[in-house]
This record gives sequence, C-alpha cells and structure tokens, in this order.
Amino acid sequence: MPRMTGLTIPEVAARYRSGAATPTQVVEAYLRRIEALDPKLRAYVTVTRESALARAEAANRRLKAGTPAGPLDGIPLAIKDVICTKGVRTTCSSKILETFVPPYDASVITRLTAAGVVMLGKTNMDEFAMGSSTENSAFFPTRNPWDLTRVPGGSSGGSAAAVAADLAAGGLGSDTGGSIRQPAAFCGTVGLKPTYGRVSRYGLVAFASSLDQIGPFARDVRGAAMLLQAIAGHDPLDSTSTDVPVPDYEAALGQSVEGRRVGIPNEYFIEGMDPEVEQAVWVAIEVLKGLGARIEKVSLPHTDYALAAYYLIAPAEASSNLARYDGVKYGYRAPGNKDLIQMYGRTRAEGFGAEVKRRIMLGTYALSAGYYEAYYGKAQRVRTLVRRDFQQAFERVDLLACPTAPTVAFKLAEKEDPLQMYLCDIFTIPVNLAGLPGLSLPCGFTQGGLPIGLQLIGKPFDESTLLSAAYAYERATPWHRRVPELA
Amino acid sequence: MAEPKITLAEVEHVARLARLDLSQAEKERMRSQLDAILTYIDKLRQLDTDNVEPTSHAIPMVNVMREDEVRPCLPTEAMLANAPERASDFFRVPRIIEE
Amino acid sequence: MTATEYEVIIGLEVHAQLLTRSKMFCGCPTAFGGAPNSQTCPVCQGMPGVLPVINRRAIEFGIRTALALDCTINAGCRFARKHYYYPDMPKNFQISQYEEPLAVEGWLSVEVNGTARRVGIQRLHLEEDVGKLIHEGTLETARASLVDFNRSGVPLMEIVSKPDVRSAEEAAAYLRALRAILIYLGVCDGNMEEGSFRCDANISLRPKGSTEYGVKVEIKNMNSFKNVQRALEFEAQRQAKALAAGERIVQETRLWEADKDYTLSMRSKEYAHDYRYFPEPDLVPLRVEQRWVDRLRTTLPELPGERRQRFVARYGLPAYDADLLTQSRALADYYEAVVREYAKPKVVSNWVMSELLRELPGDDEAAIARCPVPPLNLARLLALIDNGTISGKIAKDVFEKMYRSGEDAEAIVKREGLRQLADVDVLGSVVDQVLGANAGAVADWRKGKKQSLGFLVGQVMKATQGKANPALVNQLLLERLSKGS
Ligand SMILES: [Mg+2]
Ligand SMILES: [Zn+2]
Repeated sequence: MPRMTGLTIPEVAARYRSGAATPTQVVEAYLRRIEALDPKLRAYVTVTRESALARAEAANRRLKAGTPAGPLDGIPLAIKDVICTKGVRTTCSSKILETFVPPYDASVITRLTAAGVVMLGKTNMDEFAMGSSTENSAFFPTRNPWDLTRVPGGSSGGSAAAVAADLAAGGLGSDTGGSIRQPAAFCGTVGLKPTYGRVSRYGLVAFASSLDQIGPFARDVRGAAMLLQAIAGHDPLDSTSTDVPVPDYEAALGQSVEGRRVGIPNEYFIEGMDPEVEQAVWVAIEVLKGLGARIEKVSLPHTDYALAAYYLIAPAEASSNLARYDGVKYGYRAPGNKDLIQMYGRTRAEGFGAEVKRRIMLGTYALSAGYYEAYYGKAQRVRTLVRRDFQQAFERVDLLACPTAPTVAFKLAEKEDPLQMYLCDIFTIPVNLAGLPGLSLPCGFTQGGLPIGLQLIGKPFDESTLLSAAYAYERATPWHRRVPELA
Repeated sequence: MAEPKITLAEVEHVARLARLDLSQAEKERMRSQLDAILTYIDKLRQLDTDNVEPTSHAIPMVNVMREDEVRPCLPTEAMLANAPERASDFFRVPRIIEE
Repeated sequence: MTATEYEVIIGLEVHAQLLTRSKMFCGCPTAFGGAPNSQTCPVCQGMPGVLPVINRRAIEFGIRTALALDCTINAGCRFARKHYYYPDMPKNFQISQYEEPLAVEGWLSVEVNGTARRVGIQRLHLEEDVGKLIHEGTLETARASLVDFNRSGVPLMEIVSKPDVRSAEEAAAYLRALRAILIYLGVCDGNMEEGSFRCDANISLRPKGSTEYGVKVEIKNMNSFKNVQRALEFEAQRQAKALAAGERIVQETRLWEADKDYTLSMRSKEYAHDYRYFPEPDLVPLRVEQRWVDRLRTTLPELPGERRQRFVARYGLPAYDADLLTQSRALADYYEAVVREYAKPKVVSNWVMSELLRELPGDDEAAIARCPVPPLNLARLLALIDNGTISGKIAKDVFEKMYRSGEDAEAIVKREGLRQLADVDVLGSVVDQVLGANAGAVADWRKGKKQSLGFLVGQVMKATQGKANPALVNQLLLERLSKGS
C-alpha cells in the first residue's frame, strides 16, 4: 500500500492527480493516526470524523470526474478552535465556550470548503489565544511532538503540533503576537502570519482585533503558499480586510533570492537568548548569503518597547471583545443565580481561566477613566514608533531575517510567571504591531533534537518575497525533512 | 519599597467593571501580578511620544461601507440554539437589580 | 426678603431611529414588530468572531441631518466602543461615536409665543440600538427578564443640544421643530410611541443672573411632547422647591411616570459609569469628503423653517397658520395641493387646520396618506360655497360626510338635496310666511330693535333646513320690512 501520510500538501495533491491515492484513503489514514497518536499529543479538541469522511467522499467523486474544486481538493487540515465552524463546536479552549456551536462559518472556512479541503478537527490552543505554550487550554495541554515533556508553543500549539506530528497535512492558526510563528518554530513546521488585512477575520473569535490574523501551517513552504492562496483576499464582511490584489504565491516561489537585500535587525540578537538558537540563525543567514542574498545590518530601535505596548493594546482590546461572554446568549452560565449581577460575575469568574482573567483585568484597567491616555493612548503612540522603525528599515532592505523566538520549546509548567511567558514573544510581537507579514521555518535543531525557527519579516502585502526566500532556503537545507519519532 | 502600581482597592474596582467575581486570594495574586506587569510596562515612559500620532490600525484604510441592503436573517431557532436559558423565543435572564 | 428667582437650564438629547432598510452594521431588516428574535443574525447578536460593516445610507442620513441643522461636519470621524453590561446589549459594548462624532456645532430656530430663539446643537453622531427587554412582572418585582434582539443594531442618530433651552415649553418646541426636520428629510418617521424618536433631558436651575450651571438631573421616559413639557415643568418646580428649602440637588437619573405625573429617582449610580471608550478596532475611520457632502446637499428638500417663511410670504398666512401647516411635510403638501385648485390660501388654511385636523388621527405621512378626502375634493367643496351651491355651514356637514364615506362633495350635495335655495320666488314665499308668523319680531324691528333681523333670518334658515342662501334671505327680509314701514 502506498504511503498515505507523511506527505506534504503538494505531494498529497500530486497523488490525487495521478490517482495514486484518493481523499478517502488519505483521510482514513489520518483519522487512524489521530486515533493512535493524539492521546499522547492531545493536539485536537474535537475530531470531526463523520464530516471528514463525507467530505473526502465528495472530493473522491470530483477528482474522479476530473472536476476538482481546486489544487487543495481533498487535502486534510487541522483548524485551530478559535475559527468558527458551522455546526461544529468552537470552544477557543475555554470553559465559557465549551458547548458553543456556531450557526455560521468563518470566511476562511467558507473559502476552504469551496476549495474542497477536508477538516479533520478543531485543535487545542491557549484559551482565547492568550498564551505561548498551549498550557492555558481549559481542557488539557498539548505536547511537543519532538519531546512530549515540552510545550508545542502557543497559542496555536494544537495546529502546530498536529502538522509537525503528521496528524494533518496542514492547518490554520491565528497570530496576535506570535501565535502561529512561535509554535511553528517550537514544532519545526512552516507557519505564516499574513499582513493584517490580507486574510478575513470574519468568524475568527477575536482576541485583539487590530492585531489578529489567520494564517497557515504546513510542513513545507509550498504547502503554506497553497493554503495562503486559498484564504487570502478581500472579504466584504471584514471592514479591515484590504482590497489589494492577491498574487499567485506558488508562482512566486520560483523567484530567486539572488540580489535580495536581507536586513538583520541588531535588536533581535539579545543578551540571554539560547546560544544554539542564535548560532543556527546566523548559519541560516549565511545560507541565504550563499544563495545570493545581500545581507545588511539594520536597526529597529524601539523593539525593546514593543512588548510593553503590546501588553496594553492586546489586553485592552481583549477586555472589550470578551465582554460578550456573559451567560445570556450562548456558552457557559454559572448555575443558581439570585440576580443578573451575580450571574455575570460568577459566569465570567468560573468560565474564564487565570490568564484570560489577568488580561481582562489589565485591559479594563488600561481603558478605565483616568488611565486611558497614560496606558492605552501611550501604547498606540509607541506602536507608531515601532511601525516607523520597520518602514525605515524597509527603505533599505526587501525583508528581514531573525530568530522567531529567543529559545526552543521549554518544559511543561516551566514558566509560571506570566511576565516570563510574555517574553517568549519579543521577536514576534513587533511584527503584529506593525501589521507586517512574518514567516517562521525550521533552520536547525539543538543538540537535544529540538527544532529552531528562522523568522522572515516582509513589507506589507509582500508575502511573495517571504515565501520565495523561504522556499529557496528550504531547498538548500534538510531541516523540513526531519520528522519527530512518535511511535 | 516603591509605591505599588495598583492597589487592592483598584483591583476590586476593575474586577467589578469587568464583571469578574474574584476570591480574596485571587484578588491578591492578581494585584501582585498586575503590579509586576505594570512595572514592566512603565518603561514606555522613557519614550517621548508628545508629537507622535497614535496608530490604531497598522494598515491605514478609510471609508469602508456597505450598501443599505437587507440580507436574510438566521432562523430564530438557529439564533436561540445556544441559549443557556430561554422562554419560548426569548433569551431568559435572572432578575435585573441595579447595582 | 424676596425668594430667589431661578433660571431653568435644559439640554436635550434625542435618539432618532433612522429609516434605513437594514441595520447599522449588518443586513438584518429594521422593520418594527417582528416575532421575537426573528430579525437577527450572528452580527447583531454579538456572536463570537463576527464583525460590523457600516451602512452607507445611515452615514448619509447623518450628513443630511447635519446639513439641515447647520452643523460643522467633521472631515474625519470614527466609531468607538462604549462599554457597560446589560442583557439587551449583546456585546456588552455599544458601537457609538465619542471623540470624533460625525458633526458638531449646529443650531435650530425655535419659536415660542411668536419669538424665535436659536438653540445650539452640540453634536450629532450615529450609533446602534440595543435589544428589547420584557420583564416578567415589573422591573422591581420580576423574577426574570426576557430578551429580544430584533432592535439590536438598528441605526440611531443621537442629536445633543447645548444647554440653551430655558423652559419646558421651549423644550417641547425644540423637539417639535427637530422632529419636523427629520421627517422632512425622510431620515426618521418621528413616531414617539413606537420609540423611533426618543428624548432625554438634562435640567438644572441657577439663580437668575448667575452664569454657573447648577447640578443637573437627567430625565428619561418621556414619550410624547406633552410628557416632555409636563415632566420638565414638574422637575423645574421640584428643584426650585428643594433649593428654596436649602436642599442640595443630587446628580441622578429620574424617570417620568406619566400616569402619576411625577419624576422618580432610578436610584442608580448612572453617573458613576466608566464607559471605557476606545476607537472601534473592527471599523476603519470615515473621511467625509467635501464632494460627498456637496452631493448630499443637493438632495435636501425644502425644510420646515423655509417652508413656513414661504407660506407667510407667498400665501399671506399668519405665522400661527404657517407654523401649524408646516409641522409635517405631508400636511404642508396637502395644503399646497388644495391651494393650487382653490386660490384662497387663508380659507384653505382655516379648513385644513380646523375641519381636516379635527378628523385626522395625526399629521404625519401615514395619516395624510390614508386621508379619505383628497386635496382636489376639498378644493371642489370650497368652490361650491363660492358659487352659491351650498352655504358655509352646510359645507361643514358635507365635509364630515366626505370624510366618513370618501365620496366627493357634489355627490353628497346632490343625493341629500343640500343645494342652496337661491330662487327669489320660492324663498320670497318662505320669507312672507315667516314674517306673517312672527308679527312680534317685525314690530320690534320697526321700533328700532335691529337685532330681531337675526332672529328672522334664523327662522327662514330653519324653515329651509339651512339650505337658504343667507345673503339672499337677508336681502329679501330687508326689502319687505322696509316696504311695510
Ligand atoms: Mg446614545
Ligand atoms: Zn443582524
């Protein structure tokens, strides 16, 4: 029997085209793998077995008839449980939404469904996407497929782990401060956060509206490009979605790195970062140089302030977005309330986990009377400075290369102090503040066998340059072919 | 020791605004954690931002509107299916008493 | 020592529901009165992950109104989130406007007892409505409340006046004038009972001559002009009494209890709210370009103020008539349609103001649209008086019959034989009979008691069931009386 799993998205698609495999065979193989391995990994919150098989059947028929819905027809994906799926519960890994079944699809799901994609299930995450380890799930932590004692990163840890462990051919995550790129780095997959406005947020349960963006996970760059192609583009249901034309990302992969100006930001190589990470990233930069890229040092002087600004902006928006979870319309309601005030206070205290409550408190405080200018207002001005840093750098270079995270995957329960956890995202957060596209791809492994991520950052709407540079790097290096031993 | 960035009374006030019933232990833990975060955030004061415009969207856009066209609603049943408590076609909530 | 005289300071806040087809941020219909929760979608029910998209027509209605109120339209405006928890508000924040409203600094001319004053408009902004709460019992005794989100997300325009209003009467006049403008613009139906035109008021007192403002009280729940006036009159007196007694006025919100005729404290710490406004991150700012404003300016109709002036100038109407006739665009249109067919403007004005408005249930579009007497029929009725077919008195009865049956005047006059008696021979014999039967009155007249002529005219009219031409009766009586003297 031919191999049905362990393939990249383009490889699966090629097998469908040649008739070497059918969507039903592949989806069944994935469901078996999930059944066998997910109890160890715990990447999935919900496995949508029945609908996956039904959709695979439909894809079979289309492919057989020679009328595929598109290049992704029949491709099995893992979807982060922050993206609304009609008729399939969408929990955000929170007790407060444990029973919530949306009567509508997120726009990305509508697009993927039209493209023939088969959803295998909904993946675990830090509750409401708040965290960097997927330990903040109200249900269970997800484990890193390279070392089950370690975290997969977060908040999209479930999707990253599922893709890395080959419990799906690809997946979707969301990234507000690094939630796609950091788990991609920790799990050794490709993860892409598109430009703010490139992909519709309609149906993405909001964490921080001005920062959130949905993006793909895949085991190779081409797979990520194919997924982005399917989800990118203007959506009239999202006022912040842009009408900029969507290029052909797969075609862009052919562009050479020769002569590309790659900026290396000084501020992303800091005291106290993991020396193995730093080493691997420098080697990766050398590889890019070897491919003909022109390496230039650049400075992003306000980098050190980005994290502080982010921890005002994101919680402020979150405190507002999460006000709707009150036990009135959907989700959890605390039992036995004497009046409405009590119902609100208890429902929210019991329904939200510690990190979510912390951010609601921080955000409410930052917006409250007398503090708005000093906190929220100040942070929005600092955001302008962070954005200007990037604008100035991009006058000289085409893209930036740097580490995705200062460390590799850490142990479960290793980071107890919230602030320590926040520091995981110092290299990814500035990119969200500036609304830029960022991509993480594997650039090596530690002695201990843990993947290391290289982050590429691009100009607004220039995902093509990121993908082409990543693709050139990927072809020149062996890292994406390494797979974790999970048996 | 430096002035605390946030007092227990402020934590209680904010918890009330946010409709979160916190236990005494939670309030105290919250106070010290918020205190640490706010102390870290204080570094923003080093920056002079007097002449800097705030950014609320990194990708500036204006005038996104839709035409005034009626689109189908969802069926009442679909909109009530998730209700924790309902009475016929209404959402039902416990008695409202003003704070 | 004389008691301190107080000046009343009133500011008015109006929430007008806009006549868009769909809601402010989603495509659900705005129609009134649907079955509970039948006009909602994930967006207006605040489900997780949904996003708002601005209704262009709502913005244009706002701009048109701002132009009509001579406001400055801000070149840039944006929406903000206003946070507070209440079960009728699905997201627990309302998308409204705060620091950057659509328009500011306008004015409205308000007339009380023939004197016009300008009341300033502080701001005009757009926002979304909340759902509807139904209490199982009264708010105080209910064990539970029920929520219907049909109204949630319906576009509202909030118009806030400056504290320029100086009496309850002036407040009512301001609201009438504002409502008329909104109706003329076609942006709001002005229906106060259904809540599409709602008003809250801030009222405070200060000693005459003082320039500082006193502590203000907010009054809610006034759902008619009459209630606004009564509530504010009551509240002004309540505050004056309290101040005279040396009490302090508490800043609070009070509800007008229309059936009990007083305001009642809501005992809520309304003023302690911390709304935590911040710019709505799911919407991008609006740039209101001059071109857009100019184009909308060309769509403005003649407004009530202009029309009132034109009615005085062109038709020679007294200010009172012009004011009343221009309260509603439909009524003014009706009036002008009659005048086009029957060119005696003051006569038409009298008929519209007394006979027509007595019969009509209201003066709004709907009432006029359903009026069973079309303008042409009224004009032809008036023509029948002029050409002597019927008397003015009979005409009033005919009008009532026209209103009940929808028939035209000629048909009723013909069927009921109401045609005026103007035949000199026929009427002459009636006059002779009356003179014969009323020798006393005749004698009185001859003795110089001239008012007995009126009695005799009355007797002739009675004998002819009101159909006699009064001028002719007069003439015939005088001829005979003077002949015989
Ligand atoms: Mg308002
Ligand atoms: Zn709706």
